[in-house]
Amino acid sequence: MTTDFRSNVAHALKQDAVQTHFRTVVDRLRAHRQAALTDDAAFEQLRSRCRAIRADAIRRLPDLLELFESNAQRSGIQVHWAETTLQANQIVLDIMRRHRATFLVKGKSMVSEEMGVNAFLQSHGIDCLETDLGEFIVQMAGEKPAHIIVPAIHKNRREIAHLMHRHFPGLPYSEDIETLAQSVRRFMRDKFRAAPVGLTGVNFMVAETGTLCLVENEGNGRMCSTVPPVHIAVTGIEKVIARLDDLPPLLNLLTRSATGQPITAYVNMINSPRRPGDKDGPDEVHLILLDNGRSHIAGDPELLKTLHCIRCGACINHCPVYRQIGGHAYGTVIPGPIGTILEPQKQGLDAAAGELPQASTLCGACAEVCPVRIPIPAIINRLRWESVRKNQQSQNSRPVVPGAGSGRKSLEATIWKIWAWCCTHPGIYNRLTKLATCLRNRLPADMGAWTVVRKAPKPAQVTLHERLRKMDIDHE
Amino acid sequence: MNNRVVSEKPQAVYFYGTCLIDLLYPHAGVSAVELLRREGVAVIYPQSQTCCGQPAWNSGYRDEALAVARAQLALFPRTIPLVIPSASCAGMMKVHYPELFRGQPDEADALNMAGRVYELTAFLVDVLDIRLTDLGDPVSVVAHTSCTARRELGVGDKLHTLLRQLHNVEILEPENSAECCGFGGTFAVKQPEISAAMALEKAAAVRATGAQRLVSQDCGCLMNIGGVMEKQNQAMPRQHIAELLWERTKK
Repeated sequence: MTTDFRSNVAHALKQDAVQTHFRTVVDRLRAHRQAALTDDAAFEQLRSRCRAIRADAIRRLPDLLELFESNAQRSGIQVHWAETTLQANQIVLDIMRRHRATFLVKGKSMVSEEMGVNAFLQSHGIDCLETDLGEFIVQMAGEKPAHIIVPAIHKNRREIAHLMHRHFPGLPYSEDIETLAQSVRRFMRDKFRAAPVGLTGVNFMVAETGTLCLVENEGNGRMCSTVPPVHIAVTGIEKVIARLDDLPPLLNLLTRSATGQPITAYVNMINSPRRPGDKDGPDEVHLILLDNGRSHIAGDPELLKTLHCIRCGACINHCPVYRQIGGHAYGTVIPGPIGTILEPQKQGLDAAAGELPQASTLCGACAEVCPVRIPIPAIINRLRWESVRKNQQSQNSRPVVPGAGSGRKSLEATIWKIWAWCCTHPGIYNRLTKLATCLRNRLPADMGAWTVVRKAPKPAQVTLHERLRKMDIDHE
Repeated sequence: MNNRVVSEKPQAVYFYGTCLIDLLYPHAGVSAVELLRREGVAVIYPQSQTCCGQPAWNSGYRDEALAVARAQLALFPRTIPLVIPSASCAGMMKVHYPELFRGQPDEADALNMAGRVYELTAFLVDVLDIRLTDLGDPVSVVAHTSCTARRELGVGDKLHTLLRQLHNVEILEPENSAECCGFGGTFAVKQPEISAAMALEKAAAVRATGAQRLVSQDCGCLMNIGGVMEKQNQAMPRQHIAELLWERTKK
């Protein structure tokens, strides 16, 4: 059966150059992270602490959000709640219209990708300009980010040079990174000055102070959040943490896990709009809190661990599947292992993303590096179960995972039933393995998907059961 | 993970052969039994054993996995170690049986058994403290550590610990040695394209070392990597670690 995902994969695997480039960058990110972990014991302690911080925050999610809201409002931040991405987009549009704004500059934000805010605003005559260099490259190419930290990970230097040349015909062609970056910087300066609105994401919201924290390396996030008269921040509700003291360990862990940096070049702490006497800052700060299925995920004691994620991308960088197929093949906003567990829970197991839990060998590399120790393989296993489990819900109650049961195919279910019957009847099992050994030279060479790149395995002449039966050992 | 729960050498152990070894690689099972017996440990092999249930568990068919697991549980009642020449199957019993049996009437039995499960190389090193004398000719090997040995059970280093005792064995390290080979059980047939890409890359990395043999503690990886090599007509000898150890140390 060829699904969307399978054809995406086939397409991705055909692009040799892209694949090779992906591997190079991913391997480099792995090396950076490794180099940043100088003291294993201290790092493990940091992981434990941050895991506890995130677990505590998600456990108290409603309370912390309320506390955050009241503290943020007290400082003059306007807080908006959006249950769906459409509502979130509508809130952005309303703010834009109130200011008669037709243009906004954007910092990098995965939640804005989740909202599809660029396309939405464009359909209402409003232009969005991505100001993060990677995001800008992706926007010029008319593509989507292929990684949550390194959006243009799939583009090599030459492709970027060509894109730039096409986009800015006045500039001389150059493949020099510094030259390219300078050209973009000059272009962006004017845009920052002119923009009526800046939109950014948020890394963490601190409940006890009502602070928004945003980390970045290019300074474009600071420009977007301080230069235009209006700043709109968008975030998922799970990004809240209880205390300001929780922030340093989380930031430390986030940047080390993501790029191996001890700290990012910019750490923005946004507490309020511009106050009298402030030299800069926007007149209005809006925060849009997006749910989009998150509060439902928070209701399950196992699945809620998905929400502990701090979006560092380490699982993506260490995933052997991502390394082969890249980010676009997932067909989701968030690719890689974390996308594999998050997206089906948000979109439903009956949506295209419902196939993603099958795209894992359960090798455990993701869980090994996850800074907050999300048991990704266990959640993948859980989602596989949810996908094929018999519908036990009454019609009125909402299933734990949307689309649960939709992956159950009667042929497959029957095969597993027969398999289980054989494995619980040793007499039958032994007769079947005996039969296989007798037919060992007459089994088909074509065993479907297995033999496309492999030779079929050959049953032994005599099974282990039989060989050990003849040995002088106990068979109780 | 500290795998050692029995403090001294047990007189007897249960042996779980695994379905893959039963049908495809019985030599590995026999070699493991021989190694254990040479160390003075009596081996008990209940003939009614079939499969640990992992294929169904990893495919989401938990009812079927539970039925099969329950049938195995009944076969190993004595409180003696259960030794398994596969980290994958050992991981199923040690790590996943407690989840699978959660809330079931026989949960306590499952927990008891999970606590007695040992992957073979970990048992040889940690419990038996085995000492090996290499009687074989010089050979170079790639020691492929399975993902379950490395990450789920944390016993990935035992393979090397054992091989380092054999003075005529040279261990070669392939590029990206910690990367999964792409088997993943039913993953290999559900996502054959990705699995193939991973397996091809692994096979190339193993071959590039120039090693004479490929060894692993898991036959699933050997079947996957070896199958790819055979298809490319570039087969290289591959062995379960138990086979290599027994072959090179038996008098």
